[in-house]
Amino acid sequence: MPDWFYYLLQQLLNGLTVGSTYALIAIGYTMVYGIIGMINFAHGEVYMIGSYIAFIVLAALALMGIESLPLLIIGALVVSMIVTSAYGYSIERVAYRPLRGGNRLIPLISAIGMSIFLQNLVRLAQGSRDIAMPNLVRGGLDIGPSTGFHATLSYMQIIIFVVTLISMTLLTLFITRSRMGRACRACAEDLKMTNLLGINTNAIIALTFVVGAALAAVAGVLLGMYYGVINPYIGFMAGLKAFTAAVLGGIGSIPGAVLGGLLLGVAEALTSGYFSAEYKDVVAFSVLILVLLFRPSGILGRPEVEKV
Amino acid sequence: MTAVTPLLDVSGLCMRFGGLLAVNEVALQVHEGQIVSLIGPNGAGKTTVFNCLTGFYKPSAGSIRFRGEEVSGMPGFKLARKGMVRTFQHVRLFKQMSVVENLLVAQHHHMNTNMLAGLLKTPGFRRSEKEALERAAQWLERTGLLEFANRTAGTLAYGQQRRLEIARCMVTRPTLLMLDEPAAGLNPRETVDLQELIAELRNEHGLTILLIEHDMKLVMGISDHVVVINQGCPLAAGTPEEVCRDPDVIKAYLGET
Amino acid sequence: MIRNLKPALISAVVVVILSGLLMGIRLSQQGTSLVLVGAGADVAVKIAGAALFIFLFNLFRDHLTSLWLKVPALPRTPAAFSILAARPAVHRLFWCFLIAAALIWPFLTNRSNIDLATLVLIYVMLGLGLNIVVGLAGLLDLGYVGFYAVGAYTYALLAMYFGVGFWTGLVAAGAMAALFGFLLGFPVLRLRGDYLAIVTLGFGEIIRILLNNFTSLTNGPNGIGNIPKPDLFGLEFSRRASEGMQTFHEFFGIAFNSVHRVMFLYFLALLLVLLTLFVINRLLRMPVGRAWEALREDEVACRSLGINPTAVKLNAFTIGATFAGFAGCFFAARQGFISPESFTFIESAIILAIVVLGGMGSQLGVILAAIIMTLLPEVARQFDEYRMLLFGLLMVLMMIWRPQGLLPMKRPHMELRT
Repeated sequence: MPDWFYYLLQQLLNGLTVGSTYALIAIGYTMVYGIIGMINFAHGEVYMIGSYIAFIVLAALALMGIESLPLLIIGALVVSMIVTSAYGYSIERVAYRPLRGGNRLIPLISAIGMSIFLQNLVRLAQGSRDIAMPNLVRGGLDIGPSTGFHATLSYMQIIIFVVTLISMTLLTLFITRSRMGRACRACAEDLKMTNLLGINTNAIIALTFVVGAALAAVAGVLLGMYYGVINPYIGFMAGLKAFTAAVLGGIGSIPGAVLGGLLLGVAEALTSGYFSAEYKDVVAFSVLILVLLFRPSGILGRPEVEKV
Repeated sequence: MTAVTPLLDVSGLCMRFGGLLAVNEVALQVHEGQIVSLIGPNGAGKTTVFNCLTGFYKPSAGSIRFRGEEVSGMPGFKLARKGMVRTFQHVRLFKQMSVVENLLVAQHHHMNTNMLAGLLKTPGFRRSEKEALERAAQWLERTGLLEFANRTAGTLAYGQQRRLEIARCMVTRPTLLMLDEPAAGLNPRETVDLQELIAELRNEHGLTILLIEHDMKLVMGISDHVVVINQGCPLAAGTPEEVCRDPDVIKAYLGET
Repeated sequence: MIRNLKPALISAVVVVILSGLLMGIRLSQQGTSLVLVGAGADVAVKIAGAALFIFLFNLFRDHLTSLWLKVPALPRTPAAFSILAARPAVHRLFWCFLIAAALIWPFLTNRSNIDLATLVLIYVMLGLGLNIVVGLAGLLDLGYVGFYAVGAYTYALLAMYFGVGFWTGLVAAGAMAALFGFLLGFPVLRLRGDYLAIVTLGFGEIIRILLNNFTSLTNGPNGIGNIPKPDLFGLEFSRRASEGMQTFHEFFGIAFNSVHRVMFLYFLALLLVLLTLFVINRLLRMPVGRAWEALREDEVACRSLGINPTAVKLNAFTIGATFAGFAGCFFAARQGFISPESFTFIESAIILAIVVLGGMGSQLGVILAAIIMTLLPEVARQFDEYRMLLFGLLMVLMMIWRPQGLLPMKRPHMELRT
């Protein structure tokens, strides 16, 4: 196999890795938008908090002498998910619920304010500089000749794929099989009607935020370990990219968010690998603009018909 | 029938929403100076037809010709500028603006909207504003709303709001006025007033009128021509008397006996 | 009270979960390894205190609510005052007084205050410009800072490559920003509200990233310096004139004083602001202003009357962009140096906050909000660290308690005189 094949494969692997984490965060956006029709601007910050908690837990567990990798990861995941769920719930309760119904602009501005608040909260608590963690998972599988050019699927990447897959499977089972999940789907279809049928829609909406936050935590743990560096500002970019992914796939559609995430991740990796790493972020925004201009309902979404 | 080109010529109009065919091969013709009513049981697709005709929906198939020009699929505002104006089933006024301002906004594309002229208050600009106000005043008088000119539109009674919506359409200097259930929510006395207003608009101002209506008294009293549709399909067409006696129409409204 | 016990306990626990780990333990970099440092006893006390407060608040919620309702309402402004305040003659008098005060004030105060006032005026101009887009036309633009950057960089680049002076630069900056506004707005303005917000955010970011990375043209993160200061019909405000030019103090035969330039900048800014106010006031009384209002209320009705929504929105977008361009050019001239760092999303958020907190659409509200937003950090220096934190919190609180802003807008109405 020629060199360019392995180079391309590497970019694809990298892209799918990052893309699946975008998908996790994007699901949070799409679920919230599907039910209450608002963009949870602060969602990116929840992801960022997830990363910080992950680092804290990992460092704490390491200090306690725990070296087993599965234990470390599970520990980080569990604690991070608990904390971010608390944040997701509180954000909805404090900044969004009092503003539901009425002018769309107002909750959006509140969300922006909440995003700024959380970013600076973490900045004050943990400092604004990068915090780096030593690489816990080293090595990987080589694809191709062992000498010369080859692609590497790192063990960390495998972990990311596996954990993401498990998370999405659990989410799908929850949405399709459980009673709560059915209620979520009903709310996404018609909130008023679901309310009239006696379902506590406030609780369902809160649950949506919690689930979204938990998934963001998973992404936070995984990406934190993958990149090894975090700072209070990673939420902003990640949030925008995940939102782009959600729109690309069709806002309101969970499979769409996954598809969008993967596609965006690959597009970014290809840009970074073949053009320039500095313009990586421009890719996300350009994709967003192009999608909204030419196919606002996204890949898997249904075009909306205006009611006159 | 004469060979005069109808003002509005609709043929083969179809509207599909996903798997649902809401409008199926509807055809109708409206000649200049006519008052045509589009009737049918609830859910027949009348408002959908309207939305297609006025550019709010893009029809899936069919042809809409206005003054001989094919306009199907054109955006609503372009059709309005050509002279096809409509009212809505649920009155859509600018409720926070005053009555006279509603009429000024309606004249937007007839007015001097030149930036520089407006900034410098040139004579041309001032004349344009003055004329617009005069026109608004005229139509307020004709619809009996002059006394409410400076009141907020939202504070008007329902019947008055309906009249305001029609006045607003009139200041746009339309050729074809399309009314979506203009008598909905009006009491019998107000409906009679509405009937007189519509007749006056056609007789004295040369307007052509197409309306959707459920109030049979109004339909029979005012229409030159009636088109009936049921479940998206054309059912009958003719003079009010003919349509009244048509067995299919009776069956559609009253069911099998 | 007992039935509140469970929710109160839960909320207290939530507070602990929220803050315990994140604020109780501090990550610290020691060389290449990561070390955990306890945040100190005072943080633990604060967390415990917050949890206790939330617990008690929820426990006694009902009592507190009834107490709150018993508190007498603020005395309402007497009716006579409101009627008086609504008369146009009083309005004119008020504005004349305000402008006169603004003109006289710099002669009574020191240099740094005037400099600060100039900064305030820049934000007033930005706020008024964004007000057209957000407040009058109802379009949520989160990328307004992009046009600000375009204006600033247009002047800076023209000065650097072509030696262009301030006044030419001002016109060019406005025109360039307007062009960008038109090009950006044209495809994007038919999108729905929140999508429009995100897309404009994206545009703002793209502009910043391009300015940062296009080093060959824009010097990238190093920025552009030596931007010439504005002059008064060719008279420079420096101690010694550059080649072929004359200085202000020489021309008028007075001693050189560095405060002259500061004052000149202030008056220039004031002039731009007054121009902006004039234009906005005219726009509100023109068809386009009425169309914006109608569009905000009901876009479908507007379409049925022959108004092209995209064209009308584009108008607002472009005009708003032009003012941002002017502000950007002025900013560049005042600082003498610009870099992409000054044009981040946070700036857009601050300007948006000024518009929203002031009262969307209200000129006076925006001016007031701009003054508060710019002066507060100066006055409360010790809170500098907490500035952004409080800013975010303030945005959330204002939306919950007073979304119409400090001074909600009162629109001028067209009257029909019979």
